[in-house]
Amino acid sequence: MLDSAGADVKPIVLDRISKRFANGFVALEDFSLTLRPGEFVSLIGPSGCGKSTVLSLVAGLSEPSAGSIAWPDGGRDQIGFVFQEPTLMPWATIRDNVALPLSLAGKAATVDDALAKVGLAGFADAYPRQLSGGMKMRASIARAMAMRPSLLLLDEPFAALDEITRFDLIEQLLALWQEQRFSVLFVTHSITESVFMSQRVVVMAPRPGRVTAEVRIDEPAPRQPEFRSRPSYAAWCGELLDALRHAKAATS
Amino acid sequence: MKKLDSLLPLLVGLLFLTAWEISVRWLKVPLFVLPPPSAIVTSLIEDFPSLLGSLFFTLEITIGAFLLASFAGVLLACLFAHSRLAERALMPYAIILQVTPVVAIAPLIILWVGLDNAWAALFILATLVAFFPVLSSSLLGFRSVDYGLRNLFRLYGATRWQIFTRLELPSALPFMLSGMKVAGGLALIGAIVAEFVAGSGTATGLAWRIVEAGNRLNMPRMFAALLLLSAMGILLHVGLSTLENLALRHWHESKLRRDS
Repeated sequence: MLDSAGADVKPIVLDRISKRFANGFVALEDFSLTLRPGEFVSLIGPSGCGKSTVLSLVAGLSEPSAGSIAWPDGGRDQIGFVFQEPTLMPWATIRDNVALPLSLAGKAATVDDALAKVGLAGFADAYPRQLSGGMKMRASIARAMAMRPSLLLLDEPFAALDEITRFDLIEQLLALWQEQRFSVLFVTHSITESVFMSQRVVVMAPRPGRVTAEVRIDEPAPRQPEFRSRPSYAAWCGELLDALRHAKAATS
Repeated sequence: MKKLDSLLPLLVGLLFLTAWEISVRWLKVPLFVLPPPSAIVTSLIEDFPSLLGSLFFTLEITIGAFLLASFAGVLLACLFAHSRLAERALMPYAIILQVTPVVAIAPLIILWVGLDNAWAALFILATLVAFFPVLSSSLLGFRSVDYGLRNLFRLYGATRWQIFTRLELPSALPFMLSGMKVAGGLALIGAIVAEFVAGSGTATGLAWRIVEAGNRLNMPRMFAALLLLSAMGILLHVGLSTLENLALRHWHESKLRRDS
């Protein structure tokens, strides 16, 4: 596989992964996915289809019951993770929260730049409780970016935000991606979000969690807000909706 | 409005003391039944040097017991939080210690450490009384660590020590402080009750001064000792509340002032 510079770049390969919990629940069965460097892939599907499980397996927060994950350099990449909740330490300032990954690794950290990039310049010394939900999420994204990850995992980070804030954050995130070209694995419930942001959408079905379809969103990057009002956008959304319907039919 | 808020209790107190003074004098209540506030103040001033010694004795025991109870409570809570086995094995005994009234074991402890070691006996008893609230609150605190934050620390490869100092301790801090606030009051109660039980000539704390003054029908001195005792309790409470405020004011919900 070749990247834009023509160099040989290997993907992250999830090979027939299954995850069975102690209570017998099969969260994931025979899940395979190849994530090329710099690629933006969305996982979409109804609740309980195991999409969040994929993220925690990739992050190493739990171990697969079967199958394997192959990393390009042998070891796990530098990962940034944005959870559903902002997950900030209430007792620490925004600066300390964002610098956490660096300071845990024993690195001296300046995070002013990271804060400015998510529009939080001037809030470094604020405490999380002083910020709105959207601003907390920005801080959470800044923290995930602090280690300059090569892979960013997003677990429905925008679900609890209002639409205006959400559009804002999505654009900022896409700008970051454009600039730094990390790979993204984005778990979402939202068809429109996945179409707007990703290059590839993987559709999943529950019981047991598995892949039922894959849609390549063949649109040039960077995506501008106008994309949302173009006919092709609506067409992609329609195609995804169909795929989700099929996934549902396959389940029931 | 705020000024009135703080003046109000003072005003009520003053009114109460005046009514007390007037009615005792007017009804000619004997001094050994209910002394007027003026007699109590006089006794407080006259006996101050000797009362002060007793005050320090009791204060020393209370603070010492409070510190040891807090330290041991947090330490044991930490152990229990990290080891189910330790909790299973030891928690029942902690509960037994808690539910057994201190008065009942006081004679035993005093006998064990020896009558001439009254100080140590009081110290042990006060510690036993104050210990449990710290343990149970801190344990709850250690158990209340946010699951998402725990995952975050794991994701970034935090060591156990980092997780303990930078996640578990701050998470549990509000709980610990709340337990310690209760423990402060209990340590004082423990010190006093134990001294009551220890009896004559062994200890020279405020509790014994109260008993002694009662025996001699010296009510003004008894009230003076009581006054010092409650002043000490108030001071302890204010001190611990201030500590709590300092530690939590930036971030904890309980310290949040909202405009309504």
